[in-house]
Amino acid sequence: MTPADSLLGQDLLSVSQLSKEGIVEVLEVAEAFAEVSRRSVPKVPTLRGKQVTTLFFEESTRTRLSFETAARRLSADVASLAVAQSSVQKGESLRDTVETVEALGADVLIVRHRASGAPAQVAQWVRRARVVNAGDGWHEHPTQALLDAFSVRAAVSDARGHSSEGSGASVFEGLRVLIVGDVRHSRVARSEVLAYTALGARVTLCAPGSLLPRDAQDWPVDIAPVLDDALGETDVVSLLRLQTERGSGSHVPTLAEYTATHGLTERRAALLKPDTVITHPGPMARGVEIASSVADAQNALIVRQVENGVAVRMAILFLVLGGEPTLLEPAP
Amino acid sequence: VAASEGRRTRPLGGVFHPRTRLLDHDDVGRALRRMAHEIVERNSGLEGVVLVGLQRGGVPFASALAANLTEIEHVDVPVGALDVAFYRDDVATRPVLPEAATSIPVDLSGRTVVLVDDVLFTGRTVRAALHALSEFGRAARVQLAVLVDRGHRELPIRPDYVGKNLPTSRDESLLATLDGVELGEMVVG
Repeated sequence: MTPADSLLGQDLLSVSQLSKEGIVEVLEVAEAFAEVSRRSVPKVPTLRGKQVTTLFFEESTRTRLSFETAARRLSADVASLAVAQSSVQKGESLRDTVETVEALGADVLIVRHRASGAPAQVAQWVRRARVVNAGDGWHEHPTQALLDAFSVRAAVSDARGHSSEGSGASVFEGLRVLIVGDVRHSRVARSEVLAYTALGARVTLCAPGSLLPRDAQDWPVDIAPVLDDALGETDVVSLLRLQTERGSGSHVPTLAEYTATHGLTERRAALLKPDTVITHPGPMARGVEIASSVADAQNALIVRQVENGVAVRMAILFLVLGGEPTLLEPAP
Repeated sequence: VAASEGRRTRPLGGVFHPRTRLLDHDDVGRALRRMAHEIVERNSGLEGVVLVGLQRGGVPFASALAANLTEIEHVDVPVGALDVAFYRDDVATRPVLPEAATSIPVDLSGRTVVLVDDVLFTGRTVRAALHALSEFGRAARVQLAVLVDRGHRELPIRPDYVGKNLPTSRDESLLATLDGVELGEMVVG
């Protein structure tokens, strides 16, 4: 499938479906929604009458809250299937759940599932609704990667003294991004590698051997064997959470040993260039992958990522529900 | 086309192919000077007046009007820029993308807002703009200045200040910039 230059009217299942232009479009539209988010009443009527339904088969309160906040700021109606209390527990199939939710009027389904590929399957079952992948198994978490790219673009533009709005992919040209941690079990890492490389950045992975994907040598990335040696050259450090619920606990001897070799401790943070920014998709384990003082430092974007997440998800909802790109009408 | 080069997002609706030049750079300059005098006259000065250009075509005209107003009255008028994409009534029926973020430098409560756009056509953009403006305070009054009124209104909206009335047919397109006004067609592709 050729990557598309626009998300207008499409499902969002994987970052790989978007070209560099398609990703930049999301970032630019998100800038306009970031302005809305700064208003005293951060709400626009754009999606009035549309229904956004969150379908989380794996609980993630913060991601769900971020999508629901985005939908409400667009004046959409929000419905939410609490899977733990639903018929899914009575043995209803995923397909029947999807058909029911669509029959109840969903225009967009926000799907999180522990099985890789579940949102793509849902996209084939729906008749009319758009589908957004909110994280599937070890596969992808496209909205997280797009909001990380948005946050990095904003912070780097700011440090270089220009506006991020309208800057396209220019700050990513030759930008060095170091992704550290449990890459193997991380859907965020897969989506970030796709997004950052499409935008023109150079990505390096650093992880214990047991937490690197088996096919990592086929990815368009460099691999850093020792974290200390890679820190001085990078412009961005993207930290990942140890996915203990996905079995990463058994891949490292102890959390303390993980911190000793791959944690961003105060000593390691001192090896970074002064303008290097740090991202973390949250929830973070302070003292494990990141020292508490490092997480609270000025160059850690973690809270800004959460704020930007709402603007980026507003942009994604706005675009996926946008009119058919073929119905072109001259602007007045 | 010059107007599409500054865009952040790809041009929707095709590319403008000019056919006839209706106004040149000097005509546009003279029209703006007259409109600036009318704004001063209608409001008995510039007390509380704010210019708000509509993204993206109206923004350069708002700046040019502000420069004229400063020349006439020797005061600086606040100038804002408003994007109405999120307030349009056709978001789900045609591709609509924001042109640039909104920036309104002052609270509009109690002010006289002069909305500025390049071309007035169906009136739907102005309707969306009136809705969007209300987010930034309750203006005492809102007036509309357009360089070109090309007719074909679909809503009960009329301009207060017009550079030039140019009757057109519906399937033609107009491109209005500070350099002039051209009539032509949008070509998709």
